[in-house]
Amino acid sequence: MVTQAPTTPSAAVKPTPRTLRKPRAMSGTGGRTAALFLTPFFAIFAVAMVAPVIYAIVLSFFAQQKSGLGFGEAKTAFVGLENYLQVLQSETFIGGIGRLALYCLLYIPCMVGGALAFALLLDAGVARARKLFQLLVFLPHAVPGVIAALIWAYLYTPGVSPIVSVLETGGISLNFLDNQMILPSIVNIAVWEWTGYNVIVLFTALQAVPREILEAARVDGAGEIRAAISIKLPLILPALSVIMLFTVIGTLQLFTEPSIISKATASVTSTWVPNMWAYDAAFNRHNLNQAAAASIIIALMAAVLSWAVTRFSSRNKA
Amino acid sequence: MSTSTVSRTRTVAPALPPKRRRSAARSGGFGSTFTVNALLILGCAYMVLPVVWLFFASTKNTADLYGTAAYALGEPAFLENIMAVLNQDGGVFLRWMANSMFYAAFGAIFGGLISVMAGYAFDKFQFRGKDSFFGIVLVGVLIPNTATVLPMYLLASVFGITNTIWAILIPVLCNPFGVYLARVYSAAYVPAETLEAARVDGAGPIRSFFSLGLPMMMPGYVTIALFQFVGVWNNFMLPLVMLQDQQLLPVSVGISIWQGYSIPQPEFTPMVITGSLLSIVPLLAAFIMLQRFWKSGLTAGSVK
Repeated sequence: MVTQAPTTPSAAVKPTPRTLRKPRAMSGTGGRTAALFLTPFFAIFAVAMVAPVIYAIVLSFFAQQKSGLGFGEAKTAFVGLENYLQVLQSETFIGGIGRLALYCLLYIPCMVGGALAFALLLDAGVARARKLFQLLVFLPHAVPGVIAALIWAYLYTPGVSPIVSVLETGGISLNFLDNQMILPSIVNIAVWEWTGYNVIVLFTALQAVPREILEAARVDGAGEIRAAISIKLPLILPALSVIMLFTVIGTLQLFTEPSIISKATASVTSTWVPNMWAYDAAFNRHNLNQAAAASIIIALMAAVLSWAVTRFSSRNKA
Repeated sequence: MSTSTVSRTRTVAPALPPKRRRSAARSGGFGSTFTVNALLILGCAYMVLPVVWLFFASTKNTADLYGTAAYALGEPAFLENIMAVLNQDGGVFLRWMANSMFYAAFGAIFGGLISVMAGYAFDKFQFRGKDSFFGIVLVGVLIPNTATVLPMYLLASVFGITNTIWAILIPVLCNPFGVYLARVYSAAYVPAETLEAARVDGAGPIRSFFSLGLPMMMPGYVTIALFQFVGVWNNFMLPLVMLQDQQLLPVSVGISIWQGYSIPQPEFTPMVITGSLLSIVPLLAAFIMLQRFWKSGLTAGSVK
């Protein structure tokens, strides 16, 4: 694989004694030069990530309060955790979290399982035209989320959709956009967008599985499936756990697909997932303080989940 | 993340070309040539057919879109649709495409360079607090983008830069994952010996970076820039939140506005579909041309 190539030069260079001296040799100018190279990044990082988050935390502790009968200027008052309580007591926000949880339960196994199955098939000795398959399977990832959601919105709409018409010929009438089907329908859009990306990652990891081990298993009489489960799978666990981590972070971002679909069906409300709730709070309800609190809650959920996934996968590895 | 699997393989794999596994082909069962390839074709059909549908749909007018089979050609209306897309609202679609191109290219080139410089510094320089600083980068990787978009909007409105290009251009420069990738690439592509030689010859660290380090890391820079380009091109929430002026919108937000129009006015539907097709052409082209880079990017990011 091309992909393995990058590490070769340094691997070849490392053992020479001169390389070992490197840290000492450069440490004289290290600190100041490093600062020069790192400043642009950390300056942008501070402006684009740290400052907004700090400002959001500050905002989330305040609220606009109108005095008396609601006439006159609104005053900004410190309310402590009031906004957080209100967000967490909002039925729509909690509903959104529940929906997001359900979405994760459906999406993660479907996508990771699908990607794994596809990668194993591609890695099977008898697979043909691998390069072409890799390119085709990656194709949806080159389609922006907005466009993917648009395409599928049409593919779910009766009258335009080839899927609906094929199902109808078979005597099945299914409304992809109704209340029961909308969640699986949106899961399907995300599966379509992300499976190919992860197929390539897993396939590359599979290509790194030592061939002699597989050969030995074969001599011992293991079939293709047995080899896949008992040998290939354990060896690509690190790649799988990284995929899990990025998938979990990704699912919390859910916003684009339901926003687009919400225009095509009433089944998706304006507060359907937490991100949409926050957007709705800021731009429709004009409650920036609550929007800030909701954003911080989402970021905290991401932090906790990433930590849990990292913990879980590092324990698995040990 | 285990490097052990990877390094072990490297010593073994070249001796045994993958072709040898063909010998394992046998008939019957799930391992058979037929089953494996049939399943692969089925999977690819799922991936490809929606995009093919987009192509067919963009060749039809509104009536044929609803009246003909999905994968059949109607009255040829492809050129009409394209003209309609290009002429709507005084050619705003081209403006959207140009905006997307500008935002994405700006983020890719400058955001990529900033990431590469930082990753290079993390790999090649020793300094106090290196681990903590890199830890901050990793935390940045783990924070979901959408969670920071609203806070960013709130802050941007304090400085009065919402609805200006700065509201887009500043955030797209920030790519913590790019820094992580750049560190991996720097370790792989830039031998410390070369830098040592340059130092002995009297080149300062900045000069070494621009005349040795950066050229050597070019494949890494291209990969990071490609992913950054795609990330910015695909970003929906940031421009949706930051921009109101139609003339500043990127193509994704623009098309979603047309989609909103198409609910009460079905004659917008062919424009939404054709516009979608036109908007994915640049990305498809980039991915096909730069295959080598995105494949190496995917691996560097996940296996190591």
